Amino acid sequence: MTEYAVSTEKLRRFFGDVVAVDGIDLAVREGEVYGFLGPNGAGKSTAVRMLTTLLMPSSGSATVAGKNVVREPIEVRLRIGAALQDAALDPKQTGMELLRLQGRLYGLSGRDVVRRIADLESLMDIGDAIKRQVGTYSGGMKRRLDLAASLMHNPEVLFLDEPTVGLDPIGRSKVWAEVRRINQEQGVTVFLTTQYLEEADALADRVGIINHGMIATEGTPAELKRQLGSDVIVARVEGDVEAARRVVAGIEEIEAVDVYDEEISIRVANGAGFISNVALALSASDVQVRELTLRTPTLDDVFLHVTGGRLAQEEVATEEEEQ
Amino acid sequence: MSAATVRAVHARRAGFIRDVINLGGRALRSIPRDPESIIPALIVPVFFFAVNVGALQDVVEQNNGFDYKAFQLPVAIVFAVTGVTRANILVLDIQGGYFDRLALTPVNRLAMLLGFMVADLALVMSLSLPVIALGLIVGVTFETGIIGVIAFLAIAGLWALAYNMLPYAIALKTGNPAAVNSSFLLFLPVTFLTTVFVPEEALTGWMAQIVKFNPVTYLLQGQRSLISDGWVIGDLLGALAGIGAIAVVSVPFAMWALLGRVRRT
Repeated sequence: MTEYAVSTEKLRRFFGDVVAVDGIDLAVREGEVYGFLGPNGAGKSTAVRMLTTLLMPSSGSATVAGKNVVREPIEVRLRIGAALQDAALDPKQTGMELLRLQGRLYGLSGRDVVRRIADLESLMDIGDAIKRQVGTYSGGMKRRLDLAASLMHNPEVLFLDEPTVGLDPIGRSKVWAEVRRINQEQGVTVFLTTQYLEEADALADRVGIINHGMIATEGTPAELKRQLGSDVIVARVEGDVEAARRVVAGIEEIEAVDVYDEEISIRVANGAGFISNVALALSASDVQVRELTLRTPTLDDVFLHVTGGRLAQEEVATEEEEQ
Repeated sequence: MSAATVRAVHARRAGFIRDVINLGGRALRSIPRDPESIIPALIVPVFFFAVNVGALQDVVEQNNGFDYKAFQLPVAIVFAVTGVTRANILVLDIQGGYFDRLALTPVNRLAMLLGFMVADLALVMSLSLPVIALGLIVGVTFETGIIGVIAFLAIAGLWALAYNMLPYAIALKTGNPAAVNSSFLLFLPVTFLTTVFVPEEALTGWMAQIVKFNPVTYLLQGQRSLISDGWVIGDLLGALAGIGAIAVVSVPFAMWALLGRVRRT
């Protein structure tokens, strides 16, 4: 039997009448980087709070590092590390004090605490700032300190909830590199939530797309993209989009057509061979073609196909659910 | 941090006492970094001591050999310690998510509250010392001597711990800094509807009735007895009973609020 680092069965969570997580089944293997991709309010943080023992499931079951989150919360806490949203750190402690306290709370000896801080120094990359109060740190420094704090006790499973929100591209790629290293060099299983497609694509061995509290689809990034067929033709149009969609959908061998705002995504096996047919069909219809591009599918296309929405645009709408 | 340098450490529960010490250390470190909440706590008792003595000493001491400064010193101490808490830090922890970061560790949940109270105890003791010193400088003497001063401090400390459960309970229950700040309002009836200005026998009307029901009346009586009367067991037990009366309400309230906060619902 394969040992799963995270496994859930019909995991659900209500807040009053609102269903935040609606029966998710997960099986994350040891050593895997699993990406939970979805817009704000999709239920990602609620799921992570249940898996990290901060929140009770309403129903269903979950085990993390082989321990039941409901019945054995302390056993779970000993085996996991977590960096939750917004790098929640105490601004009045220095980085060093915060890490030391973190280590002590996991029962590490003074010597182990010193050793672990030395181990994590290059990850944090904050130099002498470790002696300054956390309130003076930049966003990126806080993130890296938070990451280090969650690794003080050598956890088996690391939960990262939106680890790069608010970071600039350089800060983001630094965190990505560290996550990869933690996973590859120490074999730590990483469960990561994100609303950034590039992040899921860059980091995750497998991705679960979560929408309205349910897993819409799951697989490796490559598998998910393959599901869509090999190419995507995107037409940005002005005019009667619905009519244009019907015209395009009528072309033979077209696999699927998704519409979002004024963008028509057309999936087809041989994009290069078909783009001229699409152009002809569109020019014969009542729409103005602003842009016509051919590319290979991205996770965003997968997301559009399985949820009917785009990630970026959905960010604002359902934010309150996540809280 | 390469694979070779990663050294295995094994996480385990640190144990209740260590958890309290570790979190208490963190709360203690926060005190000097938070002077804006400490300085008023020292100004208030000194101010009231000076004003009350200045305004009322001559009135109260007429023809009876009453030592009003000795009468006011316990009032100053109660003002110095009542409601002086780290609840403002706790509520910021809750709001900012650091409380969750701590809750992710195997730390004992009760220690998450008691750690703060260790720091409170240290703080109220260190606030009480200058106030007592002020009293001694202006000529107050303890009938019970140095042991009496220690007993006086101990009573102040116990009172602070019992009372401070209330702002902590509010912090844990609401997670709202404004609500914690408003808990200052509780201070007013507790510390003013008592024998704060004149002795109980000089009070009349509704005030004379209401002070009988305020535990602080008995707290002050016990502390005053240490200064003026010597070791009066009845008065000291009265002070402890007064502290107990607050604790009977505040401790269950705080425990309920703590459980609610960490129950994962």
